[in-house]
Amino acid sequence: MRRTNRLYAWLLLCLFLILGQPVIAREKKERPPVDVRELIMGHLKDTYEWHFFTIGEKDIVLPLPVIVRSRERGWFVFMSSRLEEQPEYKGFYYASGGISDGKIVERNSAGKEVRPFDISITKDVLALFVACGLMIWLVLSTAAWYKKRNARGTEDEVPAGFKGFLELFIMDVHDNIIKKCIGKDYRRYAPYLLTAFFFIFFNNVLGLIPIFPEGANLTGNIAVTLVLALFTFIAVNVFGNKAYWKDILWPEVPLFLKAPLPIMPVIEFFGILTKPMALTIRLFANIFAGHCIILALTSLIFLTVAMGPVISGSMTVVSVLFSIFMLCLELLVAYIQSYVFTMLSAVFIGMSCQEHHGEKKAKIIE
Amino acid sequence: MDLMIPDSGLLFWMFISFAILFFILAKFGWPVITGMVERRKERIDKALAEAAEARLLLATLKQQGDELLKEAQEEHTKMMVQTSELRTQIIMEAREAATAEGRMILEQARCRIAEEKDAAMQELRVYVATLAVDVAEKILRQQLDSGAKQTDLINRLIDETVKPRA
Repeated sequence: MRRTNRLYAWLLLCLFLILGQPVIAREKKERPPVDVRELIMGHLKDTYEWHFFTIGEKDIVLPLPVIVRSRERGWFVFMSSRLEEQPEYKGFYYASGGISDGKIVERNSAGKEVRPFDISITKDVLALFVACGLMIWLVLSTAAWYKKRNARGTEDEVPAGFKGFLELFIMDVHDNIIKKCIGKDYRRYAPYLLTAFFFIFFNNVLGLIPIFPEGANLTGNIAVTLVLALFTFIAVNVFGNKAYWKDILWPEVPLFLKAPLPIMPVIEFFGILTKPMALTIRLFANIFAGHCIILALTSLIFLTVAMGPVISGSMTVVSVLFSIFMLCLELLVAYIQSYVFTMLSAVFIGMSCQEHHGEKKAKIIE
Repeated sequence: MDLMIPDSGLLFWMFISFAILFFILAKFGWPVITGMVERRKERIDKALAEAAEARLLLATLKQQGDELLKEAQEEHTKMMVQTSELRTQIIMEAREAATAEGRMILEQARCRIAEEKDAAMQELRVYVATLAVDVAEKILRQQLDSGAKQTDLINRLIDETVKPRA
């Protein structure tokens, strides 16, 4: 209990250190016409600072720490506000155009533009920390409730209110997705799948809240979904049993499909890789597309300003109605996508720890 | 296209954050919750099974009780019938016995009365005899003063007295 309290304190301290940086109001040079593509991408992509809103000519932003390691010059840590004040700081500047557009780059000794090893605390990373902290707090406080009842000897008590809802939600995922898809070995994988489900669900929902420190497009970022899929990949392949590997390397197919030319093993091997790829792309594309549509609908308001008050006003009403509809839909998608990711992961894991899979097949053939 | 390229920094932090999150929740979060809920579920299932068993037992017991009650009632009715029969019989017997006894007592009383009468008669006879003797004596004392007449009378009287007895 004390240990978790200390952990909270530490996390809070980190948050305050980040938030303690002065929120800088910076002058804006010129107001360009509304570029919808730029606007949407700017909201969806990761940035080195947290842009809140623009008042008149001023952008209200929260600068975030940049942590980069130049291959030639070593580690550098500075606030992203440095790069707002001047175009270049210690040889680092924002790239414009090309594959690393908007990222911090430097010129190496040969004069070539290269990206340093970049582990900056960006907007998405901060949102990630906040989401993780929130999740730890919620789950551990629920667990503490049970521990307290256990110590007091009143184990039969059922939580009410929000904790009751959490119990219902957790047990629903635990019983209806994990237990059913994996089978008897579910206890080993339940913590990972529960963590994955609630991490995705939390970030999906938090991504829909447009107020700091939420609203980052985290599960719509391919790096995040890739790491999640990587964990599933590890769970499937590292903990897979003999029957699973036999099915890949020496499947129950006619001999000519596997003996001189290992056609089936090659196909199965690609199957190992395509499964996490499908998980990565599915979650990323769904959430990204959802955010795109909401932002595009909101942009309608700004695009029609020039067309006069009547069209603009009516389009605003239409846009708001559509946005509300899309947000409701996205709330549904937030659940469905976390459900699908967890369910597919559970199915893949269940397939990898099935006992006597080959023998059963052989019996059917006989 | 840069959307499809995962950023190294975010990959790094995501990996670390998720690993830590997983570690913390897997150690202190999920097992506590799921364990408690599963144990609770087991207890509830057990309690329900026990309740069903108890209900079954109760039903059996109730049925047995009902059967017992029914049997007892039947027994009771049977006993009532028997008792009434017995009562009638006893009354009859008692009546007969009483009649016999009464007759016997009457007989005895009659005997006794006869005996008493005999005794009384005897006593009376003795008394009357004594009285008669006394009276006779008195009369005789008066009449024996005059000679032969008295002697005749005495003889006659003695004869009269002796003759019927002979």
